[in-house]
Amino acid sequence: MTSALFYDRLQFAFTATFHYLFPQLTMGLAALLLYLKSRAYWSRDTHYDEAAHFWTKIFALSFAFGVVTGIPLEFQFGMNWARFSTFAGGVIGQTLAMEGVFAFFLESTFLGLLLYGKKRLGPLVDWIATVMLFLGSWLSGFFILATNAWMQHPVAYAVDDVGAVHVTGLWGLLTNPWLVWQFAHTMTAAIVTGSFVMAAVGAYYLLSGIHLDQAKTFLRTGVVAAALANCLMLFPTGHHAALQVFEHQPIKGAAFEGHFHTEFGADLVLLGQPNMDTLTIDNPLVAPKMLSFIIHKHFGAEIKGLTDFPREDWPDTMPLLYYTYHIMVGLGSLFIPLMLTGVVLLWRGRLFQARWMLWTIMLMAPFPYIATTAGWMTAELGRQPWLVYGLFRTADGNSPLVGSGNVLFTLLGFLGLYLVLGLLFLFLLFQTVARGPAVPVGWSVNGRGAL
Amino acid sequence: MSEEMLSTETLWFAIVAAMFAAYAVLDGFVFGAGILYVFVARTDAERQLVLKAIGPVWKGNEVWLVAGGGLLFLAFPKAFAAGFSGFYLALNLVLWCVILRGLSIAVRSHLDNPLWRTFWDAIFALSSLLLALIFGVALGNLIRGVPLSSDGQFFAALWTTFTPGPTPGILDWFTVLVGALTVAMLAVHGAHYLIMKTDADVRIRASRIADVGAWAVVFLAILTGSALLFVQSALWQRYVAHPVGFVLPLIAVVTWLTALACRRRRRDGAVFISWSLCILGLFGSVAWGLFPNLLMATEDATYSLTIHNSAASSDGLRLGLVWFPIGISLVLAYTVWVYWSFRGKVAQFSSEENYE
Ligand code: HDD
Ligand code: HEM
Ligand code: HEM
Repeated sequence: MTSALFYDRLQFAFTATFHYLFPQLTMGLAALLLYLKSRAYWSRDTHYDEAAHFWTKIFALSFAFGVVTGIPLEFQFGMNWARFSTFAGGVIGQTLAMEGVFAFFLESTFLGLLLYGKKRLGPLVDWIATVMLFLGSWLSGFFILATNAWMQHPVAYAVDDVGAVHVTGLWGLLTNPWLVWQFAHTMTAAIVTGSFVMAAVGAYYLLSGIHLDQAKTFLRTGVVAAALANCLMLFPTGHHAALQVFEHQPIKGAAFEGHFHTEFGADLVLLGQPNMDTLTIDNPLVAPKMLSFIIHKHFGAEIKGLTDFPREDWPDTMPLLYYTYHIMVGLGSLFIPLMLTGVVLLWRGRLFQARWMLWTIMLMAPFPYIATTAGWMTAELGRQPWLVYGLFRTADGNSPLVGSGNVLFTLLGFLGLYLVLGLLFLFLLFQTVARGPAVPVGWSVNGRGAL
Repeated sequence: MSEEMLSTETLWFAIVAAMFAAYAVLDGFVFGAGILYVFVARTDAERQLVLKAIGPVWKGNEVWLVAGGGLLFLAFPKAFAAGFSGFYLALNLVLWCVILRGLSIAVRSHLDNPLWRTFWDAIFALSSLLLALIFGVALGNLIRGVPLSSDGQFFAALWTTFTPGPTPGILDWFTVLVGALTVAMLAVHGAHYLIMKTDADVRIRASRIADVGAWAVVFLAILTGSALLFVQSALWQRYVAHPVGFVLPLIAVVTWLTALACRRRRRDGAVFISWSLCILGLFGSVAWGLFPNLLMATEDATYSLTIHNSAASSDGLRLGLVWFPIGISLVLAYTVWVYWSFRGKVAQFSSEENYE
C-alpha cells in the first residue's frame, strides 16, 4: 500500500482534518461574537465590549491558522487529484469559485477592518464588520459544503461527450437536498465547538479565581449555547443526516453501524468490535431492533446488511469507519446530559460554585474537536470507494504523473510543518488566555495590540 | 479571429488573467514590503510600522490568489489540473511559503521577546522573497512552455540542465531571469507603498531603494525581453499578427516613466498608481502573447492547452457569468471602501487600536 494513490489520500485526509480544526472554532465563535458585540453595541456596556475584545483576539488567531491551512486544500484538487479535477471541475469549480468570490473576500477584508478600524471608524462600523465576518465565515462553510454535498450526492449535472461532468443549474447545485442537513449539522457542530471553548475558558478563570466578572459571562453564554446546539446535533440534524445516508448510501450506513447481514428488526450496535473475518461484531452490546426503528420508525423493518453488496463497493477502511461513527455519536450523546446539567445548575444559581462541574466543563473543551473530526472521517471514509458517489472512483482520481516519491515528500513536509503549527497555535492560545480579558492599561494609548 | 475574440472562453481567459493580475499588484506590494522589510525597518518600532501599513489589507489581497485559482478551476478545469499537478513541487514550495508568511505576520507581535520577533521577522522576509521569486519563475514557465504530452499532462522536474529546451525543468536560466525581474519589480512596488504609507527613516530608506530599483527593473526587463526572442518565438509571432497588443508593453514603458517623474515631485500616491499600472502592463503583455494558450507545449505545439481544448462546458461558463459580475462588484466596492478608510500615513504612536 505505498502507491501514489495511498499517499495522495493520506495527504488529503491529514491536511483537511487539520484545516478543519480551525474553521470550526472561527465559525462557532463568529456567531457568539456577533451576540457579544451586539449586546455591547446596543447597551453601550463596556463589560460586553471587553468580552468581545477578548474573543476577537482568539477568533483572529484561529482565523489566521484556518486561512493558511485552507489554501493548500484548494491547490491540492489540482496538484494531487488532477484526473478528478478534470472530471468534476465543470461542477465543483463553480462552488469553489463562488466560495472565493462571495465568502473569502468578505471574511478577510472585514477581519482587517475589525482588527484595525475600531477607533478610527467608530462602533457602528465595528459592529457591521462583525456581521460581515459572521456572514463571510458561514458562507465559506456553505459553499465548501455544497462542494462536498455534491461529491456525496451528485445533483444538477450532466455528463458531456468527453466523459466529464458539467453543471446544469446553479439553483439545483446550491439546494442539493443532501446539503440542507449537512449544512445544518456541521454549522451546529461549529457552535458546539465555539461554545465549549468559551465555557471552558470561563470555567478556568472561575476555578483560578481570576477575571470573575468576565468568566461568568463566558460560562453563561457558553453553557446555554452548548446545551441548545447539542440537542440540535442529535435531533433533527444528526438523525436526518443518518436517514439520508441510509436512503442514498446504504453501504456507508450499514458499514458505520457495523451491520453485516440483512435483517428484519435490526439491532443497534452500541459497543463492540467489528470482526472482518467472521463478519460479526465481537463483544456486542446492542439495543434490540432499534436500528430498524430509528431508520424506518418501525421495529420490524428491513435493513440491508453489508454482505448484500459487492465487496468492492465496501468502504476500504470499514472498522475505522465504524469506530469514528460511534465516537461521534457517543460523544454527542454524552454532551447533551452534560450541558443540560450545566444549564440546570445555572438556572438554580449554583453553577459558579459547583467546582466539579467547572472542572468537567474545562476538561471537555477538546472533545467537540474529536467529535467533528470523527464525523468528517465517517462522512469521507464512508464515501469510499467513490470520490463522487456512484459516479467516479477514488482510484481513478489522482494525478497520473505525480509519483509516490513526490507525494510522500510533500506529505512529510506537511506533517512536519503542521506539527509545528499545532504547537504554535496551542502556545499562543494559552498565552492569550493567560493574559486574560482585561484591556491592559495604556493599551489604547500606544496603539500596540494586547496580543 | 474576431469570433475567437468574442467567445465566452475568451472572456473567461480575460477574467482569470485579470484576477491574477490583481493578485500581482495587490499582494505584490506586500511581497515587496516583505522583501525590503529588514532593510528599511531596523528598530522594532519601525518594523511594527511596516506591519501596520500592510496589516488591514494583506489578508484580503491574498484572496485574489485563492479566488483566481477557483475561477481557473471553473473555467479551464483541464488546464488547472495539468498545471497544478505539473508544477507539483514548485507549488508545494509556494504553499509552505504562503503558510509561513501568513503566520509570521499574524504571530510576530504576540510576544515581547526580541528573539521571537527576530525569528518571525526573518521568516517574513525570506518567505516573501521566495514567493516573489517562485511566482516569477512560474510566469517564466508559462512563457517558455512546458513538456506537455499528447494526453495534456506533464510533470516538471525542479531543474534539468538549466537551459530551456524540449524537456526543461522549472528552473532554467530564462525562468530564473523572469523570477529576478519579478523580485525587482515587486520590491520597488513595496518600496513605493511604504513611501506612501510611512514617514521618517523608513520612508527615506524605501526611497533610496525605489530609485535604484527602478533602474534595475529596466535592466532586467531589457535582458528578459531580448532573451524572449531566443526562448519563445510564438509570443513574438502573436504580436506581429495582432499588433494592437503592442499597446500593453507601451503602457508599461509609459507608466514606468510617469512613476519616475512623479517620484521627482514627491507625488507618492501617483507613483504607487503608476507602478501598479506598469505591473499590469507587463502582466497584460504576457497574457496577450500567450493567448489563446494557457499552457504551451515545448515538444509539439499541437499538445498545447488552449482556451478551447481545456474549457469547461459552455453551460458552466455561461452560468459563471451570471454570478461572477455580481460577486466581483461587491468585492470591488468594499475593497475600495476599506482602502479608502485606511488611507493616509500610518502613525508610529497613535491611539488606534489594533490586535496584531
Ligand atoms: C460536535 C460535533 C458532532 C456531534 C456531537 C455529532 N456530529 Fe454528526 N457530524 C459532525 C459533527 C458532530 C460533522 C463534523 O459536522 C459531520 C461530518 C460531515 C458532516 O456533514 O458533518 C458529521 C457527520 C455525521 C454523519 C455522516 C453524514 C455523511 O456521511 O455524509 C452522520 C450520519 C451523523 N453525523 C450523525 C450524527 C448523530 C446521529 C449524532 C448524535 C448525537 C451526531 N452526528 C453528533
Ligand atoms: C474539513 C473537513 C473534512 C475532513 C476532516 C475530511 C476528511 C477526509 C478524509 C479522512 C479523507 C480520506 C478518505 C480516504 O482516503 O479513505 C478525505 C478525502 C477527500 N476529501 Fe475530505 N474531508 C473534509 C472535507 C472535505 C470537503 C469539504 C471536500 C470537498 C470540497 C473534501 C474532498 C475530499 C477529497 C477530494 C478527498 C480525496 C479523495 C478521497 O480519498 O476520497 N473533503 N477527506
Ligand atoms: C476540504 C475542502 C476544503 C477546502 C478546499 C477549503 C479551502 C479553504 C481555503 C482556500 C481557505 C482560505 C481562505 C482565505 O484565503 O481567506 C479556507 C478557509 C476557511 N475554510 Fe476551508 N476548506 C475546506 C474545508 C472546509 C470546511 C469543511 C469548512 C466548514 C464547514 C471550511 C470553512 C472555512 C472557513 C470558515 C475558512 C476561513 C478561515 C477560518 O475560519 O479558519 N473549510 N478554506
